[in-house]
Amino acid sequence: MSPELGKSDAIVESSVDTVEVSPGEVVTQHLVEVRMSTRRRIGIGVAIIVIGLIVALALAASAGSHSTRFDLNGANPGVSVPKFSLPGVTVIVICGVLIVLLGIAQLARGFGKRTMRWVGIGVAVLFLLGFLTWAGTEGKQPIQVGSLLQQTLFLATPLILGAMAGVMCEKTGVINVAIEGQMLFGAFAGALFGTIASNWVGLLAAVVIGALVGALLAVFAIKFMVNQVILGVVINAFALGLTGYLFDAIMANNGGGTNQPSVFNPIKIPVLGDIPVVGSLLFDQTIITYLMYVIVIVIDVMLVRSRWGLRTRAVGEHPKAADTVGINVLRLRYQNVIIGGGIAGLAGAALTIGSVGQFNKNMTSGQGFIALAALIFGRWTPRGALGAALFFGFASALQTALSLLATPVNIDSNLLQMLPYLATIFAVAGLVGRVRAPAADGEPYVKG
Amino acid sequence: MKLELRGITKQFGSFTANDHIDLVVEPGQIHALLGENGAGKSTLMNVLYGLYEPTAGEIIVDGEPQKFDGPGDAMRAGIGMVHQHFMLVPVLTVAENVMLGDEYTKSAGMLDQRKAREVVRRLSKDYHLEVNPDVLVEDLPVGIQQRVEILKALARHAKVLILDEPTAVLTPQETDHLMDVMRSLKADGTSIVFISHKLREVRAIADTITVIRRGKVVGQADPSATPAELAALMVGRPVQLQVDKAPADPGDVMLGIEGLHVISPTGQVLVDDVSLQVRAGEIYAVAGVQGNGQSELTEAVVGLVEPTSGTISLDGRDITDTSTDEILGRGVGYVPEDRMHDGLIGSFSIAENLVLDTYDEAPFGNAVSLNLQEITKNATERVEEFDVRTQSAEAAASTLSGGNQQKVVLAREMSRPLKLLVISQPTRGVDVGSQEFVHKRIVAERDRGTAVLLVSTELDEVIGLADRVGVMYAGKIIGELPPTASAEEFGLLMAGQTATDAKEAS
Repeated sequence: MSPELGKSDAIVESSVDTVEVSPGEVVTQHLVEVRMSTRRRIGIGVAIIVIGLIVALALAASAGSHSTRFDLNGANPGVSVPKFSLPGVTVIVICGVLIVLLGIAQLARGFGKRTMRWVGIGVAVLFLLGFLTWAGTEGKQPIQVGSLLQQTLFLATPLILGAMAGVMCEKTGVINVAIEGQMLFGAFAGALFGTIASNWVGLLAAVVIGALVGALLAVFAIKFMVNQVILGVVINAFALGLTGYLFDAIMANNGGGTNQPSVFNPIKIPVLGDIPVVGSLLFDQTIITYLMYVIVIVIDVMLVRSRWGLRTRAVGEHPKAADTVGINVLRLRYQNVIIGGGIAGLAGAALTIGSVGQFNKNMTSGQGFIALAALIFGRWTPRGALGAALFFGFASALQTALSLLATPVNIDSNLLQMLPYLATIFAVAGLVGRVRAPAADGEPYVKG
Repeated sequence: MKLELRGITKQFGSFTANDHIDLVVEPGQIHALLGENGAGKSTLMNVLYGLYEPTAGEIIVDGEPQKFDGPGDAMRAGIGMVHQHFMLVPVLTVAENVMLGDEYTKSAGMLDQRKAREVVRRLSKDYHLEVNPDVLVEDLPVGIQQRVEILKALARHAKVLILDEPTAVLTPQETDHLMDVMRSLKADGTSIVFISHKLREVRAIADTITVIRRGKVVGQADPSATPAELAALMVGRPVQLQVDKAPADPGDVMLGIEGLHVISPTGQVLVDDVSLQVRAGEIYAVAGVQGNGQSELTEAVVGLVEPTSGTISLDGRDITDTSTDEILGRGVGYVPEDRMHDGLIGSFSIAENLVLDTYDEAPFGNAVSLNLQEITKNATERVEEFDVRTQSAEAAASTLSGGNQQKVVLAREMSRPLKLLVISQPTRGVDVGSQEFVHKRIVAERDRGTAVLLVSTELDEVIGLADRVGVMYAGKIIGELPPTASAEEFGLLMAGQTATDAKEAS
C-alpha cells in the first residue's frame, strides 16, 4: 500500500495475512485494518474524556462527606465477608482521572478495533465504581454489591433463556421475533398449571406450550414461508391477546384458585454454595436458574463440537449446501425452532413460578425483545448472548438498587427506569459494530 | 460402476428442460456433456444427483434401477457431484465441510475432528488435491475450494463424479492441474461426467462426448472432432467462432484512471493502485480470474462504489466524486456483469427496461410524467434493431432468455451517443448464437469511436475482442499484453505471476 494514499487517514496499519491453504502453498491476503475515520476517533476520545470529567468533577463535587461502605454479601450468605469502606471523594477522583487518561490516549493515537472493546469495558467499570462510590457518600446505607449481583442474575435469567431460544432458531436460519410471545405463554401456563397441579407440572406445561408456539412459528415460517419478522410480531400480538383474555376469564375473579402457584425455592448446592460471595450468588438458586446454566453450557458446547451443531450451522449459513450432502434442512429447522420455543417457554416460567408466583397481563413487558437484543449484541453466540443478557440484567438491578438508596443528589425514578433501555440502545449501537448474522437467517429454503 | 440414464424427462410447468435423454457412462471413462448454457445439462445432472425428481425415465446403476429421494440416496449409490456454484459452507473449516452430512463421530454425536483431518490429508495426498484441513473455506481461493468439493465427493466413496462446469472459475494452469486430477481418478476406476461448453477442454480430456441441445441429445462425437463440428452440433447451425474486426484506430484518451484504490468496509483491498488509460476507438480488456477486483474497478468507474483514493477522468474531466446518474449522462454506457441483479428489473416490461436511465428526459418523459407512446415506439425500434426475440415489448424482462436479456441491456446502453462503454462479462449465460451478435455490436461501437472497457473472465473472448489487454490479479493490473500473446503467457499472469517471476522461475 503506497504511503501517500489519497484521503490518507483511512488506514491504520496494513498487514499481510497469510493462510496456508495447503502444505507449501500459501495464499497471502492483503488486508488493511480500516481505522475509524479521524472524526470518529476524535469523537469517541472526546466522549470518553467528558465522561471522565463528569466523574472527576461533577460527582466529586456533589459527593457527600462520608466514606462509602460496600457490602459484598447478598441475601442468605453462607459464609459472610466483612464490609469495607472506601474514602469517597478520593476514589471518585481517581476513577475520573483514569477515564480521562484513557480518553486522551484514544484522542492521541486511537485504539484498534479489538482493543477498543476492552477500553469500552474499562471505562464502564471505572465509571460504575466511581458512580457507586458517589451514591454511598451520604453514609446512611452501605452499597449492597452482593445483593445487586444476586438481583442481576435473577433478572437476567429469563433474558438469558430467551436469548438461548433465539440462538436455537437463528443459528438454523429462522428469525424468532416471537420470543416475547412464547415467554408470555410460558409464564401463563406456568402460573395456571403451577396452581392447579404443582410447580413441576407448571414448569413442564410452560416448556410444552412454548414448544407449541415454536411449532406454530416453524410451520408458518418454514412451510408457508411467511415473512418471519411480521410473523413474530403477529404471534406476539396473539399471545398478548389470548393470555389477557384467559387471565380475565379464569384468573382475575377466581381468587387464588388459578393464579397462585407455589414457587420454586432456592436449592443450595453443598460445598459450592458455601463459597463466600460466589456461593450464595451462583449456587443457591432455583431449579430454573440451574436449568439455565445447563442449557447455556450444552448449547455452547454442542454448537461447536457435535454433529447436530455442525449441521445446524451449515443449515443456517448455506442450506442448499447442507441439502446437497443429504441433510434434511427442513426437519432440522423444525426441530431447532420447536426446542427454541420450549426454552422460551421456560424463560416465561422463570417470571411466574420462578419468581413472584403470579401471572399478570403482559408481564413480560418487552423482556423477549431485550432477549432478542442480547442475542444480536452477543453476535449470535451463546456466550455473547449470555454476557449481553447479564449486562441488561445488571442495568435493571442497578436501577432498583439506586431507587432505594439515598444518593447525594436525588435522581428521579422515571429517569432511573429508563436506565436498562438506555443501556440497551448504547450497547447495541455503540459497542457491537458490524455483526454478521447467520447468512441464511430469515431465508425460507426452497429446494432446487 | 456403470451408470445408465434411460429416457430421462424433466418438465418445469410447460417447459421441458430434458426430453427423453439416454446416456451411458462406462466405468473408468471420462464422458463429456457438451451443450450451451440453458441446454439442460445442469438439470440432467441435478436429476441424477437426486435434487430434482424426473418427470419420466430411469436411473440405472450397475443394472439396478434406482430411486433417489434426495442427494443422500445418490451419494449412497456412489454418485458425487461438484456443483458449478460450490456447495461449501464458508464459515466452516475444510475438514468440517468434507464431513458435513456424513460426519465422523465419537460417542454421543460429538465430532471426531481428528479423523476428519486425517481423511482430508490422506485423500489430498492420494489425488494431489493439496489443501490444509483446518482453514476456513471462506479464506480459500476458488481454485482450492474446488479441491475441497472434489475431496468431499471422494470422502463419500464416489464411483461416478459429476463435474459441472468445473473450469469456469479456474486459471488455465489450474485447469491443467484439474485435468491431471481427472486422469488420476480415471486411472483409479472412477467414472467422470464432465459438463462444459468449452470445446478446447472437452476435446482435450474426454473419452466420449454427448452433445445436448434444447433438452435433447443431438449426437455423440469423438474427441477428435474439430471445434467447428462440435460448435455446429451444439448450436444447430454453423457458427463463426472468430470475431471479425479491423485494426483499431485509437484517438484521444477517453478514460483515465490514476492510482485507484478500493477498500471494502471489512478492510480488504479490492482494487490496488490501478492506473490505466482507454482511448477513443479502442477496446481495452481486463482479463483475469473471477473475483480479482474487476467488478469493483468497473463499479468505481461508473460511480457505484466510492474509491478510497485515486482519480478517474472522462474525456479530460474528473469524475471521481460524481454521481452515477451524472456519469451516465456524460456519455458512459454500463453493462453490468449480473444483468438480472444490476442490469434489468425483471418484473418490468422490456419497454420500461429500455428507458431505465432516460425515463426522465425528453422524449420519454419529464419531471412529472412519462410519454408512453414514445417509450413504446422506442421499444419497438430497439427490439427490431437488436433482434430481441420476444412476443411483445410489453413482456416482463424476466421471461426472456439470457441472451435476449443481454440484448435488451445492450440496446439501452448503446442507443445514445457514448464516449465510453463499460461492459462486464458481455456473454456470460448468453447462447453461442447471440454471442456472435453481442461481439459484433461491441466492435461496431468501437468503430464508431467509443472507448470500450471490457471485463471478461473468458480468455477466448478477451483475445478475440481486445486491442489491448490488462491482466488483473489480487486487485492489481499486474501486466499488459497484446491480444496476440499466447494462452500460456496470459495464464501465468492470471495466476499472479508477473513476467519477472516467470523468468526467475525458468
